[in-house]
Order: sequence, then C-alpha cells, then structure tokens
Amino acid sequence: MIESPVLAPPDAAVPRGARALRALRANPLLLAGAALVLLIVLAAVLAPLLAPYPGDAGTATHPFAALRPPSAAHPFGTDEVGRDILSRVLYGARVSPLIAVVVLAIACAVGVPLGVAAGFFGGWLDEAIMRVTDVFLAFPPLLLALALAAVLPASLVSVTVAIAASWWPWYARLLRGQAASVAGRPYIEACRALGISRARIVFRHILPNSVTPLLVQVSLDVGGVILTASALSFLGLGAQDPVPDWGLMVAEGQGYFTPDWWLVTFPGLAILLTAFAFNLLGDGLRDMLDPRRSFLP
Amino acid sequence: MLVFAARRIALAIGVIAGVLVVTFAVVHLVPGDPAAAWAGPHATAAQIARARRALGLDRPVPAQLASYFAGIATGNWGTSIHTHQPVLSDIASAAPASLELVITALLLAVAAGVPLGLVSARRPGRPADQLIRAGSILGVSMPIFWMALILQLVFAQRLRWLPAAGEYSPALLFTHPLVRRTGLPVIDALLAGNWPMLGSTLVHLILPAVVVAAYPAGLIARMVRAQVLDALGEAHILNARALGFPERQVFGRFALKLAWTPVAAAVALVFGYSLVNTFLVESIFDWPGLGSYAAASITTLDTPAILGVTLFVAIAYVLANLIVDLAQAAIDPRIRLR
Repeated sequence: MIESPVLAPPDAAVPRGARALRALRANPLLLAGAALVLLIVLAAVLAPLLAPYPGDAGTATHPFAALRPPSAAHPFGTDEVGRDILSRVLYGARVSPLIAVVVLAIACAVGVPLGVAAGFFGGWLDEAIMRVTDVFLAFPPLLLALALAAVLPASLVSVTVAIAASWWPWYARLLRGQAASVAGRPYIEACRALGISRARIVFRHILPNSVTPLLVQVSLDVGGVILTASALSFLGLGAQDPVPDWGLMVAEGQGYFTPDWWLVTFPGLAILLTAFAFNLLGDGLRDMLDPRRSFLP
Repeated sequence: MLVFAARRIALAIGVIAGVLVVTFAVVHLVPGDPAAAWAGPHATAAQIARARRALGLDRPVPAQLASYFAGIATGNWGTSIHTHQPVLSDIASAAPASLELVITALLLAVAAGVPLGLVSARRPGRPADQLIRAGSILGVSMPIFWMALILQLVFAQRLRWLPAAGEYSPALLFTHPLVRRTGLPVIDALLAGNWPMLGSTLVHLILPAVVVAAYPAGLIARMVRAQVLDALGEAHILNARALGFPERQVFGRFALKLAWTPVAAAVALVFGYSLVNTFLVESIFDWPGLGSYAAASITTLDTPAILGVTLFVAIAYVLANLIVDLAQAAIDPRIRLR
C-alpha cells in the first residue's frame, strides 16, 4: 500500500520557535547527538573539576598503583604507570576535539576563498584551482594526512597541519559549486548590471548563500577529523606521552591489553562516543537545514 | 563511448601525474637533510656532499622531478631503508594479502549495507529506520583500530571462537602445504582443492574483514537508503504502484535499480578508504599485507617505503574510480553525455 505523505501546515503559519521545536522532535537522532556533544564539551571544560586526579593528565606517575582494575577509587582503572584513566579520558576531551576545530578552521580558511574564486570567476582560474583540488582528492582522506604526518616530526602540530592539508579540497569543491550556482542566478546579473562591485557581490550574496551547506559540512566533518587524528596518534605520529590523547592511550595500552583490558577499552570508547555524537549532530543538521541534500520524506 | 573512455582515461593519467608531484613535494618538505640522514649520524661534511651527489639532490628541482617520474614509470620506486629491498617488490609481495582482506570486507559491507538500507527506506522515520540510521552512523564513527583490539579480545582471547591473528594456521603447512599462485591464500587453497587450508584461511579472515567492513557497511546502508527514498519519488515508481505491483517488487525491481549506480561509485570510494584502513588493522591481526608494511615503515621512519605505499594506494584508488566510471558509462548511456 502507498503511504500517504505527512502534510505539514505551511511554515508561515507557525512561529519560528515552534517550527524548530517540531523539527527537533521529528529527529530524535539530532537531539541525541546535540545532547552528547554538550556532554563532551562540558567534560572538556570542566575536566579539572570532574577529574578525580587532575595531575594524572600530566607527568604524574604512581608506580605502586600501576595496572589496577576498575574500582571505586579508579572507575576506569589505572594505566601502566599508575595514572587514573578516568582523569586522562576526561582531559582527552580537550585534545582531539580541539584538533578538529583547528583543522576545520584551517581547511575552511584555505578552501573557502579558493572555492569561491573558482566558482565566481570561472575560466582558467576555475580550471587551475579545480585540477589541483582533483589531485588532492585522488588520495583517500587518511592517506595523505598519514604520509605527511609520517615525514613531519611527531607532534600535535604536525597532525593538525597534515590533516588540514588533506581536508581543504573538500571545502574548495563545496564552495565552488555553491558560488557557481549563485553566480549564475538572475539577481546576481542584476547586481552586476547595477555596477555593484565584485567584492560586495561575494560578501553580500555568494558567501551568505553558502553558510548553511558549509555549516552542515563542518558539523559532518568533525567526527571524521577526530577519527583521523586518533588514527594518526595510534600510529605514533601525533601526541606524545604524557599528553592524554585517546588514540595514543589506546596505542600505549595495546601492550597490556590482555589481561588489562581497561587500558584500551575506555579511551577507545571515548573516541567512538565523540565521533558518534558529532556525526549524529551533523547528520541531523543536514536533514534540518539542507533539505536538498537530505532525503527525509 | 570511446570518446568518453579516452577523455576519462586522459583525466586519470593527469591526476596520477599530479599525485606524483604531491608525493615528490612531500619528500622535499621533510625537515632536515635527506643526504645527511642517508650518510648516517657520524658522517663528515665531505661524505654528506658525496651522498647528496649520489642521491641527485644537488641537481635543480625540475631535473629531480623528471628523474622521479622516470623512476616511477620504469618501476624504480626506491629502496626501503628498513627491508633493503626495492619498494615496488615489497609492495608486490604485500598487496595480494591486503586485496584479499579488502575485497572480502567490501563483499560483507555490500551484503549487510544494501538490505539494511532497503529496510530503512521501507518505512522512513519508524523505529527500525531510526535504529538502522543510528547503527550506520555508529559504523562510520568507529575507531577501527580499537574495534580490532576489542573483537580480538572478546572472540579470540576470551571466547576462543576465532583465531586471533595470521592468514591461516601455520601448523597446517606441514600436513597441507599451500602452493602460492595468486598470492591470495583463499584463492590458492581453492585452486589446489586444499580444503583444510581453505577452511583455515576463511576462519582467519572473519575478524579482520568484519573490522574493515564496519565503515563501508555504514556508508553503503546510508547511501542505499537515501537513493531508494529519492527514487521512490520518481514518476515511474508511482506508475508501478498504480499498476498494482507488490511493494516488494516496487523496491527490489524498480527503486533499487536506480540506486545501484551511486552505490557502485560508493564502493569504489570505500575501496580506497578501506585500503588505508588496513594500515590500522593489519598489524593488530598480524596480516602480512600492505597495512602491516606501511605501519612497519612508519615506525622505522622508512620514507621511501611510506611514499611508495602512499603512491600505490593513491594510484589503485584512481584506477578503481576509473573502472567504476567506465563500467557505469557502459551500462548507462546518460553518463557519457555529462
């Protein structure tokens, strides 16, 4: 049988707040994602208050409390030098999410102007920028970041630079499409005919028209960058001990994994939860804000 | 079709040339002096200068780039610092194992992702759909190196249902030796009719393949859901429904048909992703493929090997995309006109 489409009343009849509320209720995954992201941000901000042993996120060692299983004193157990894993996991919420923010800021700072230039001006500039973009997109995302991070000295800065270098082409391509489609519309032609400067057209019309898809893409990419950063850390290319980076903690715990399972389990769970939270949020935002690219009925 | 194919192949060659320029640039971005690294820690200035000349680093950059291109084209991909073997022969001996793993994983991902996507699209917004969507997002959020460790702990160490590592039980080599032909143990065992070995290779494949399949399965499920929902809006679907075709046929015969093209493109995409993901998984399962080779090269700072693997995977990825594009154009004439 054919399911009848749910007919929503015309938007104009509903106050803006109620409309947003209804969209949220129709999308429980978005709500769950937003709540989880909020929790993670709170954990990052309040880490010094929440962590039972804040010093353990740094250089502290407790050789006589090493490899203790989870207990009331150490809910996630202790690692090979006796540091409280719960404290390190909480402080870890300050490491990879921060990398993701910086990477995406760099990627946008590089990709957005290039994409807008290519889409708005067209011609040889468009060709040149897009061919370079194609080459970067010919690498699977993790691969180029990995090769770059492998030749750079292992550090958080290297990881950030390496991931940003492989991430900007996605934004260049996205913004090029947006800019080209907006630039072709009649009202932009009208602006040109009125003698409005190119800069004004770009900043008043092209960019505001690109904010929504950009926002959606950024929120969808946070999870991917976090996974990439923790993969590089797991391979030893990123943060170095004692930085409480989740990927590094999994790598360090690998050697003690049997029987001391808690060393690997909890930091990895933190990566999964964080990536999951941001992906839920991004997916839900896309459904809500960018209906052309979502396929909700 | 020929014109389309020629244009598409020319584009792929151009992209591969660009990829070569990028990997060349990565070598030259390395902080520090490769000649000094080559000559060793106690080298004199004269020795470093000789190393620089021997490595061709005293020549202008365009000349170096030209000889890099020539070297790649003639199969000289450099020598691994770690294994002291030519990088290309290292890659050739490691690639089949990875290929076996990735192909198995992609088959699993399609087998799981397509039905899940269809079930999800059947009643959008209902609990089953929400559950599958959440599950597919969980799949693409999985830190697979962690998943590998956890599955190994649970299924191999604790439950002892599956072997923890390796391609097959080494003990079988004494009773049922494996004749290497293709380099893919499953195929080799099958060709030789070596049934105990075949069973062993299949059992050893399960854990690593499930781990590598997590991401592609999530992606394919989302893709199928989106494409099928999109297709359901088409006029010919409405027509099929009006003609009284049962829902199962509307989905299976009409809507899914439209979804295959983008799903095939997604499989080419995740082929590249999965090859890179083996870098994180193979060493955990002691799988003798490209991933273990890459991970070992990274820990030994073996730059020629790292760049060789990077180049190989990037080229494989470009070729996979090319093959899918050509296949789609052969099936669907509309694509040739784009």
